[in-house]
Amino acid sequence: MSTVEERVKKIVCEQLGVKESEVQNASSFVEDLGADSLDTVELVMALEEEFETEIPDEEAEKLTSVQDAIDYIVAHT
Amino acid sequence: MSLAGKTALVTGATRGIGKAIAKALAEQGATVVGTATSEQGAESITADLKASGGFGLVMDVSDPASVEAGLKQVSEQAGAPAILVNNAGITRDNLLMRLKDEDWSSVMETNLSSVYRTSKAVLRGMAKARWGRIINVSSVVAGMGNPGQANYCAAKAGVEGFTRSLAKEMSNRGITANCVAPGFIDTDMTRKLDDKQREAMMEVIPAGRLGEPEEVAAVVAFLASDAAAYVTGETINVNGGMYMG
Ligand SMILES: NC(=O)c1ccc[n+]([C@@H]2O[C@H](COP(=O)([O-])OP(=O)(O)OC[C@H]3O[C@@H](n4cnc5c(N)ncnc54)[C@H](OP(=O)(O)O)[C@@H]3O)[C@@H](O)[C@H]2O)c1
Repeated sequence: MSTVEERVKKIVCEQLGVKESEVQNASSFVEDLGADSLDTVELVMALEEEFETEIPDEEAEKLTSVQDAIDYIVAHT
Repeated sequence: MSLAGKTALVTGATRGIGKAIAKALAEQGATVVGTATSEQGAESITADLKASGGFGLVMDVSDPASVEAGLKQVSEQAGAPAILVNNAGITRDNLLMRLKDEDWSSVMETNLSSVYRTSKAVLRGMAKARWGRIINVSSVVAGMGNPGQANYCAAKAGVEGFTRSLAKEMSNRGITANCVAPGFIDTDMTRKLDDKQREAMMEVIPAGRLGEPEEVAAVVAFLASDAAAYVTGETINVNGGMYMG
């Protein structure tokens, strides 16, 4: 069973089309990984699916980096 | 066949333009699911589409719960739609001074809000697949205006504006959104008009005749194809020359 961190990073790679080596915990989706606004919406939907959870819009807006996403998932699943 | 392996959802496929669209997409190889407002209507669609793997289902596009249930059924039985054709529509004509609130709201719900609901529901699947076609049946009167149809014209013009925004939002995902704007087509909708209205209509159609549902369906089939990948946010008139705006 992979850790939350590994699963989040895998989804980030798939959704944003970036290499695993480019994805650091501190990476910002928009600034470092080149996500546009639609990418971030899709990323949140993919995280919801993978972790079977609902991320409210107000929360989703705050998830700007890989670490934010990991922390959110750990706290809410 | 260019649409083989793709699921297409066509609303209002029992008769008229929607029925012709369902047939045209099935001929291109798509698995077509058509919607009706009654069981009987759904059965007649199934009878038409069975041979090509498609079927009919009951869905009221003006009812969010019904749309949700319908889309769930489509995805389970036929797979997530790659093509959505929003064709279902109604008229509740009256001069604005006499128009009832209920005439306004039912046309808005059935002709405009429905497009918002169904489009939103299919986008995720299309975004994942990096391919999608949303085709909305608008009307010549969206651009022209028409006395007695303030509700209908507002809804159809709304659909065109909606489509342009959607096209911009989704084009880098391989999803296009377009409208087809029919002029006067020979269906139940125009058969409702009286002789005087028909005569007046003929005078403004350079082609000198009503259009056939198949002539609208052919344009929808083109927009659904791979060949139309670079056409998006567009409204294509199919009106025998009556309006070219
Ligand atoms: N005919 C024209 O000259 C013309 C011109 C411009 C634009 N258009 C547009 O083209 C589209 C099709 O028109 P048409 O002439 O083919 O119309 P039609 O012959 O009157 O058929 C309307 C279709 O919409 C369905 N429908 C109505 N209300 C619905 C609802 N609440 N939920 C789901 N389905 C519903 C009907 O289903 P049931 O059979 O179950 O009632 C039927 O299949 C419409 O959007 C119309 O505005 C038509």
